[in-house]
Amino acid sequence: MSTAVLEAPAESRLNYLNASYGIKSWLLTVDHKRIALLYLASISVMFFIGGIFAVLMRLHLIEPQGALVQPDTYNKLFSAHGIIMVFFFLIPSIPATLGNFLVPLMIGAKDLAFPRLNLMSWYLYIIGASFALYALMSGGVDTGWTFYPPYSSIYSQTHVIATAIGVFIAGFSSILTALNFVVTIHKMRAPGLTWFRLPLFIWAMYATSVIIMLGTPVIAVTLVLLAAERLLHVGIFDAVIGGDPLLFQHLFWFYSHPAVYIMVLPGMGVISELVTAFSRKKIFGYKMIAFSSMAIAVLGFLVWGHHMFVTGQSVYAGLIFSLLSFLVAIPSAIKVFNWTATLYKGSISYQAPMLYALGFIGLFTMGGLTGLFLASLATDVHLNGTYFIVAHFHYIMVGGTMMAYLGGLHFWWPKITGRLYPDIWARIAALMIFAGFNLTFFPQFMLGYLGMPRRYSVYPAEFQVLNVMSSAGASILGIGYVIPLIYFLWSIRYGPVASSNPWGTKGLEWQTTSPPPTENFEETPIVTEDAYAYATPESTHA
Amino acid sequence: MPEAATSSSHSGGSHRAGGAVVVGHVPGLRHHFEDMEQQHEAGSLGMWAFLVTEIMFFGAVFAAYAIYRELYLPGFEGGSRLLDIKLGATNTAVLIGSSLTMVLAVHSAQTGKRKLIVLFLILTMVLGAVFLGIKYVEWSTDWTKGLVPGLHWAPTEEIHGNPPLGSVEMFFCFYFVMTGLHAMHMIVGFGILTVMTIMAWRGRFSPEYNAPVEVSGLYWHFVDIIWIFLFPLLYLIGGRY
Repeated sequence: MSTAVLEAPAESRLNYLNASYGIKSWLLTVDHKRIALLYLASISVMFFIGGIFAVLMRLHLIEPQGALVQPDTYNKLFSAHGIIMVFFFLIPSIPATLGNFLVPLMIGAKDLAFPRLNLMSWYLYIIGASFALYALMSGGVDTGWTFYPPYSSIYSQTHVIATAIGVFIAGFSSILTALNFVVTIHKMRAPGLTWFRLPLFIWAMYATSVIIMLGTPVIAVTLVLLAAERLLHVGIFDAVIGGDPLLFQHLFWFYSHPAVYIMVLPGMGVISELVTAFSRKKIFGYKMIAFSSMAIAVLGFLVWGHHMFVTGQSVYAGLIFSLLSFLVAIPSAIKVFNWTATLYKGSISYQAPMLYALGFIGLFTMGGLTGLFLASLATDVHLNGTYFIVAHFHYIMVGGTMMAYLGGLHFWWPKITGRLYPDIWARIAALMIFAGFNLTFFPQFMLGYLGMPRRYSVYPAEFQVLNVMSSAGASILGIGYVIPLIYFLWSIRYGPVASSNPWGTKGLEWQTTSPPPTENFEETPIVTEDAYAYATPESTHA
Repeated sequence: MPEAATSSSHSGGSHRAGGAVVVGHVPGLRHHFEDMEQQHEAGSLGMWAFLVTEIMFFGAVFAAYAIYRELYLPGFEGGSRLLDIKLGATNTAVLIGSSLTMVLAVHSAQTGKRKLIVLFLILTMVLGAVFLGIKYVEWSTDWTKGLVPGLHWAPTEEIHGNPPLGSVEMFFCFYFVMTGLHAMHMIVGFGILTVMTIMAWRGRFSPEYNAPVEVSGLYWHFVDIIWIFLFPLLYLIGGRY
């Protein structure tokens, strides 16, 4: 952060943070930037709660017979970890925080189209999270995050309904955010900001919003049917009166596979911003990256059956789903190739956000390639339900989304808070997270390949070495996540004051002050050039 | 990345003219919009986008209905014949009537006739209440006939074609889930129209500012259209030709 130039102290200017004070000015705010911070605080709490469950699981698995808890409790641990991390952290993570903060700033608008709806979506998130936390504290839920009936509808003795209500309400929170983004991106762009001048982060948010709007209502109604079955014994999934439990799985994955893209597409948007900013170079293949986001959004809805290869789904359906799953790899690969091509002959600097971005590219590539193993019918029969799957989706969700989220948070932190964090600590944390992540999850690929099933609280003794490696990695990863928490909180009060554009990057959000005023821009900006218009070597020689 | 400049001839991709921003002079214009047209378009697009999510919400149940109907056709036909087609048809007419009064309310808002907006909104709500009343009568009859799956399932009437009872129960699962979700949407619509009526009574709407009435109308019509699909699926195509 050596490029920071001190301007007038942030305190002397009126900005969105010092425009008003007091708890009420936050809880009743309709400013998208403040709502982004409300989300940031809430999802951080959920992340660390979800993280505690992961720590307990990894501690338990140090010994083959289980070191810590009863098998029933272990079931509740992995269920709680999955439900909290997927529905209450990863899905809202980048859209609700960085997206909320940046969408209006990046397109030169004063706010999102529906500011009060935006606040309402935060309250819905809080209500949903409260239901989920209530379910946890009153005894937990043991269905796994997938809620498969008939176990969840008839047999489980745990708090399925409270959890399902929580997920249902949180779903509407993300629907409202998505709807807000779509309308804002369509109708509120600054003069001159055409679709193909938009930052790629905006394209990614748009594609994500479309998926949220089309997918989330389906899981919502599916959970309604599940709750009706459990509560009123209405038997749409109940085999006793001819209901089909597989129908639940179809409906569940119709949402939950696209939900993977809800989680990773925003991350891809962040990486597009970071790679170009720290290569000082126009992004390679802008349109291809933009279109590949939309292609992922469309194809993502056609592949859910690859979660059901071994469930009794028709073999021919499996064939088609396998083929379509391979097709999704194409737009994902286009992005990876374009990012690496952007690095080529770029003026690369390795500040903390860039370390996360490079980490993302490597880990996402591994996660994506192992996904191809699972999309192949024959290998999936062997790998399905093993730790190979666990490792695969953690490479996408943690190695991908979480790295991008942290990279984005580090990149835009000076804009959000007007403060700088200690870069050296940020780099150390980034490297620790990368190392700890790989040590945690790479052994799980091997465990899965060797046949260790997921969701078991005990395992044969020959798997112990790899499990201990994984647990050791998890502890490094855990420390890596706590370090940013400390220096981010420190920087709010003690960090050096950031300039408007500490990285010297392009983008409308860097042209307003740090932190921005409540109205974002003193006057509506007019856009006259493409995104990422960095000077090329040719143009500087000329 | 785009440069900010104050002088440019570019205007693509935006509905704003750029330059002067009038804030707080037009009643109903919120501060973050440039002009009334932008606000109106945003509100309208927002409601259409919401209706897309609603289509997916009901779509999942319709898809499940289609699958089970295919699997258990005799049960679904037998179940359908147990419903009261006259009450269903009456309700369809009532809802179509309420769509008409809703359109008239929107029209009155666009022409700035305050009393007519209130009148037509109240008429719409009265018709909606008639619908729910008839629905209540149907549901309570079903209860006495033992046609409520899970809670009170003991059908006494003879069922056409003597299909397996489980598949008839499945039909009624869908009947109650679908009509129940629809009725909940009607109740939400009631809340929205009540707010609109109060706003109209206070003279908030004008030929320039009436988007809330229009957008509420979109929602109300959507709920009607759902019923237009439910009525034939549940009442008509049960083999009662």
